Amino acid sequence: MLTLAIESSCDETSCGVIKDGREVLSNIISSQIDIHRRFGGVVPEIASRKHVESINLIIQEALDEAKVGFNDIDFISVTQGPGLVGALLVGLSAAKSIAYGLNIPLVGVNHIEGHVCANYIEHKDLKPPFVCLIVSGGHTYLIDVEDYNSYTLYGRTRDDAAGEAFDKVARAMGLPYPGGPFIDSLASKGNKEKIEFPRVFLDDKTYDFSFSGLKTAVLNYLNGAKQRGEEIVLEDVAAGFQQAVLDVLVEKSFRLSRELGRDKIVIAGGVAANKGLREMMETRGIKNNIGIFYPSPRLCTDNAAMIGSAGYYNYINGKTSPLDLKVMPNLSFLD
Amino acid sequence: MIIRIDGIDETNKFGEKLGSLLQKGDIICLNGDLGAGKTTLSKAIGKGLLVEDYITSPTFTLINEYKGRLPLYHFDVYRLENGEELFDLGIEDYFYGDGVCLIEWAENIQDELPRDRLELWIFRGEADNKRVIEIKAFGNRYDSLVGELKR
Repeated sequence: MLTLAIESSCDETSCGVIKDGREVLSNIISSQIDIHRRFGGVVPEIASRKHVESINLIIQEALDEAKVGFNDIDFISVTQGPGLVGALLVGLSAAKSIAYGLNIPLVGVNHIEGHVCANYIEHKDLKPPFVCLIVSGGHTYLIDVEDYNSYTLYGRTRDDAAGEAFDKVARAMGLPYPGGPFIDSLASKGNKEKIEFPRVFLDDKTYDFSFSGLKTAVLNYLNGAKQRGEEIVLEDVAAGFQQAVLDVLVEKSFRLSRELGRDKIVIAGGVAANKGLREMMETRGIKNNIGIFYPSPRLCTDNAAMIGSAGYYNYINGKTSPLDLKVMPNLSFLD
Repeated sequence: MIIRIDGIDETNKFGEKLGSLLQKGDIICLNGDLGAGKTTLSKAIGKGLLVEDYITSPTFTLINEYKGRLPLYHFDVYRLENGEELFDLGIEDYFYGDGVCLIEWAENIQDELPRDRLELWIFRGEADNKRVIEIKAFGNRYDSLVGELKR
């Protein structure tokens, strides 16, 4: 069964063709093709107009690379939310037009569910139930995946997302954007015990997260050291900061899996590409006999393939959407 | 108007008071460096507007919408490079809509802001937990809002 998947919730326009929810025939992401050159103009960085200009081209490219035509597609999967209203509208309108034109079902997908499902593409044998930690620039969720399409939310951030804390601390350290990968690589060369930063809610009963205070603590450290004229070892700052984030993420994930008796922890979202996080999860996983799963870096970022996988599991469970489906910029994980 | 804030409790008190005074169509601009406390203040303003959900940082999502006594549109324009991108986001619909707009890093889009607005500039004080907030009112509505804040 083939689905054409469309994702346009934020900066990227992405389209792909996915077979049976697990096999990627194509997964085209706008930033990876040279739209500037093809259109001969400057394309704004964050704009629904960018999606409008590129979406037809990217849909065609996705079909071409998959070596299929519109008539081979069984249903359309599309991101309904959360995201930017203008950006979401472009993807949803395109999806509706194609579904209507071809007279095939439309399946609206929660973007966050897509991140979880990226793991089904990467790990062909992965099946629920498992605990899933979704960490990206915009989202931080700790959930239990009881079954395909069946989720319980346990924790989320009360202020900054985990990935956002990485980017903001990186900026304060003078590193390029997006800063997560730079912190990760500096941290691997630093001493994580040199500077002690706060671990918020680490011992608390809650599964919620908070990273804003940690960000401020790093900024205070940098300002203080500068004022006192002390040398700032960026490697040690990065290592200390990263460890403070990871301790909380890893501890809460394992605590939840223990509480629920799960034997698998799945990581999803952009921060799942962080090597420090992967290593720490895996080390602890071996000790506790818990399997650790995460997608390859390309499937960690926003992409259509993950939306196609989520769409497939919605579709086979009978969840399709009407053609008057509306975008939901604030779609929460439990809607 | 300049106020000195000593710690998180006073930030919360000030933000909640401001939130409780806000009306439909109000535009509140928040400026200040990384870690100055813009999101912390936003949470308190949201509480004053009776928003029950967690107010999280909109840095990545650009706009978060909340239901409270009035709709709250919480912006973070940190990632935007120019005003043109804002119009692509449909920012005018929010400015002249039915709720309150709270805009972090508003200085980035100074030229695109409505003329009438309240600006809050947050500076770090002499200690880590101290802040100084400078409040600038533009237009009659905001002059009277500052009057009410002083009370």
